[in-house]
Amino acid sequence: MEALSLPAALALVAGGGAGLSPERRAALGASLPLLQRDYRFERVWFWGCIQGLRGAYYIAEGLGPNRAAPRSRLYSLNCLDWSLLTPATKEMLALAEQLKGRFQGDPSFEYNVAEINAEAAARLTEGGKEPVIKEEARLIATIEQIDRAVGIVPRGAFVKTPIGSVHENRHFEGLSLVEAKKLSSYFHFTEPVNLKNKTLLEKANLDPSTDFLDSLEHDIPRGSWSIQLEKGGTVVVLRSLLWLGLTFYHVPMTRQFGYVYFGTGEKNLDLPFML
Amino acid sequence: HGPYQPHEPGYGLDQPGYSPYEDQIPDPQARMLAIKNAKAYLLTTSTRSGLNLYDHFANILTKILDEQPTNTVDIIEDISKDVKWAQFRKKMDTLRDEHLILPTFEAAEKCKALFVKEAGEEEHEELDEEMGQPSLPNVMEAAFYFEQAGIGLSKDESYYILLSLKNLINVQPIQTCRFWGKILGLEMNYIIAEVQLREGEGGEEEETGEEEEETVGEKEMGEAEEEGEEKKKEAEPPKSTYKPPPEIPKEENGTGTNKYIYFVCNEPGKPWVKLPPVTPAQIVCARKIKKFFTGRLDAPIVSFPPFPGNEANYLRAQIARISAATHVSPTGFYQFANEDEEEEEGDMYEEIPEFEPPPVAEMVESLTMWAHHVKGILKQGRCVWINPQKSEENEEEEDEEEEDKEEEGEEQEEERGLPLLTLISEDEGMKNIPAWTAQASTNLIPQYSVAILQSNRWPGAYAFASGRKFENVYFGWGHKYSPESHTPALPPPAQAEYPSGPGITETVDPTVEEEIAFKVAQEEALAGEEEEGEEEEAEDD
Repeated sequence: MEALSLPAALALVAGGGAGLSPERRAALGASLPLLQRDYRFERVWFWGCIQGLRGAYYIAEGLGPNRAAPRSRLYSLNCLDWSLLTPATKEMLALAEQLKGRFQGDPSFEYNVAEINAEAAARLTEGGKEPVIKEEARLIATIEQIDRAVGIVPRGAFVKTPIGSVHENRHFEGLSLVEAKKLSSYFHFTEPVNLKNKTLLEKANLDPSTDFLDSLEHDIPRGSWSIQLEKGGTVVVLRSLLWLGLTFYHVPMTRQFGYVYFGTGEKNLDLPFML
Repeated sequence: HGPYQPHEPGYGLDQPGYSPYEDQIPDPQARMLAIKNAKAYLLTTSTRSGLNLYDHFANILTKILDEQPTNTVDIIEDISKDVKWAQFRKKMDTLRDEHLILPTFEAAEKCKALFVKEAGEEEHEELDEEMGQPSLPNVMEAAFYFEQAGIGLSKDESYYILLSLKNLINVQPIQTCRFWGKILGLEMNYIIAEVQLREGEGGEEEETGEEEEETVGEKEMGEAEEEGEEKKKEAEPPKSTYKPPPEIPKEENGTGTNKYIYFVCNEPGKPWVKLPPVTPAQIVCARKIKKFFTGRLDAPIVSFPPFPGNEANYLRAQIARISAATHVSPTGFYQFANEDEEEEEGDMYEEIPEFEPPPVAEMVESLTMWAHHVKGILKQGRCVWINPQKSEENEEEEDEEEEDKEEEGEEQEEERGLPLLTLISEDEGMKNIPAWTAQASTNLIPQYSVAILQSNRWPGAYAFASGRKFENVYFGWGHKYSPESHTPALPPPAQAEYPSGPGITETVDPTVEEEIAFKVAQEEALAGEEEEGEEEEAEDD
């Protein structure tokens, strides 16, 4: 969610019971603008909080002029001192997917890779490194996975210019109440995967400036999103069932929207059994 | 085709040597004609949409001049599209407005109704003073303490919940009431209140879907029996000798898992619905399945093993499990009412008035400062173990604690759970994950910090303690945490048919040689004995 609209946004996602304490909110209000100044971000998003066993990680994302470019991610243990995270590599993602269990809350905690994947451990030892993976790497990989899988925006909120860069649509006035209830009005805010597979007939109806992302309709498994209209339709809240804790809110007919993650950072692999 | 302006295509073509119409002479009359032609062209109506370019440009320019946005040239296409879209909006405006009014404003009406103080409330208040006031829980105070940890709903929602609890108290005969928590569902959420009704009330049980089915089933059985009697003359198929395992009776209202009664509603402002009491079979089954709640209490639960009930029962079972596992209080706050009964029937506890709360730092550091005050649920599904064999025989006697086990058929081991006020440091963790995480709400201001407990076995269960005040709450999806993935129960092995025995085992028919050999052997045996020859003749092929 936008750092500037943090207080109002937190009130809107509080339906799930998770939020921030006044101390953390105040700290964020002070440190996020400083982040923007120091790293020269154009926008700063408060991504959310991953609960570990002994502490929590607070994550912020910074965006540059092209909103679709890879985002810089920072984490903090107390919402005041932020550390930049390196971008995720494919190996990190592959290894982290096999790690199970809660986050410890200590970024230097080391997971033993040999228990999980003997090949990777062997590769690491050959390369001269120890067969361990740090929790920081797991954090990076998890944030990347969550953003890719369930980071969503409403349709029309972003436009793609002919050059290829993506901006906020200054003409976006919000989804109507009818549109807000449909899954097809929300897009994954990452590289589109399914767009090429659409039939020519469907592609003809798309508007290349706004429909350049995958919509939520074809997410597997079906029903992995819960759409609720809270307060009788003043807010529409989408909760992901695949990554429990990700909440997206949008106030129809206004420009307010955003998503935040408050959870343990574990994928819900039991989803097919639970639906 | 008169002189073109710089922004029009064709500019520069009227210079001598460039224009395709060089033979025409540009004079004022022709210029006016050219302008009229251009305008007529712009006014041609599109065959598809009924708009024309002239009006469209006029509207765009009007809009731009009215609004004066920055960098107009970059967003000119969007402005053009919006103007076109606005055309259609005007025609269907009235229809759309009516649709939009309904859901938002209905909900607002309901919320407003919460604030209205009823006329009959003053009478209620007088009655209550005589009978002992039911305590309205101070939801806002608990919400404040939980907010120090970042847990809880928005202040508005908490206040609505407080008001709807007040309504609940006015409607139902309630002695104590507490906001238990909120469980999220797919379509709607549940707000849950934990309640103890006044003595004597609440004896009637609401029929769940299951019970209704049972009564219907009994009627069907009765009819079938009548038909069976008529048909007794005809041969009946063999009756199955299968006896289902005896049903474990549920605990009485007011004890064990049914100590409290729970009311749920989907949103504050909607009417409260009472949840039926929970049976051990439902708890045992709920342990094996993991399903999301939809938000409708009458939704069926499709699962394996088949859940005996609908969503209301599943919700009640999960609430019972969560309460038993995660309701804690500072050690020493409660003590047993009767010192003798510490081990077995320690269901009654009471507050100690002289309790001195330990400082917050201690509460956070060691988990021995917290204790469960709800009895844990045994594997059987009850808090107090009962031998199902014995209960079958003596249905009229009350449930007794077993010291002598009677051996009849299958012997079931007596289960003993942990006694009531166990410290939570005894809770087992899973693998290397401890069962509880304790934190102080703030490290910067230790004198006002609050001790917060988060459960790792049931993510979403929280408890806080600050001085003499403490509270438990649940915000979550209603499922237990398991480090391994959920594996559904396998179907039971196929039922064994008749046990094999010589009577029904097929044997190979003897061959002719074998029969002859057998006959020869028999004849020899007979020749050895002193018997008459009639049997020989009788033993022909």
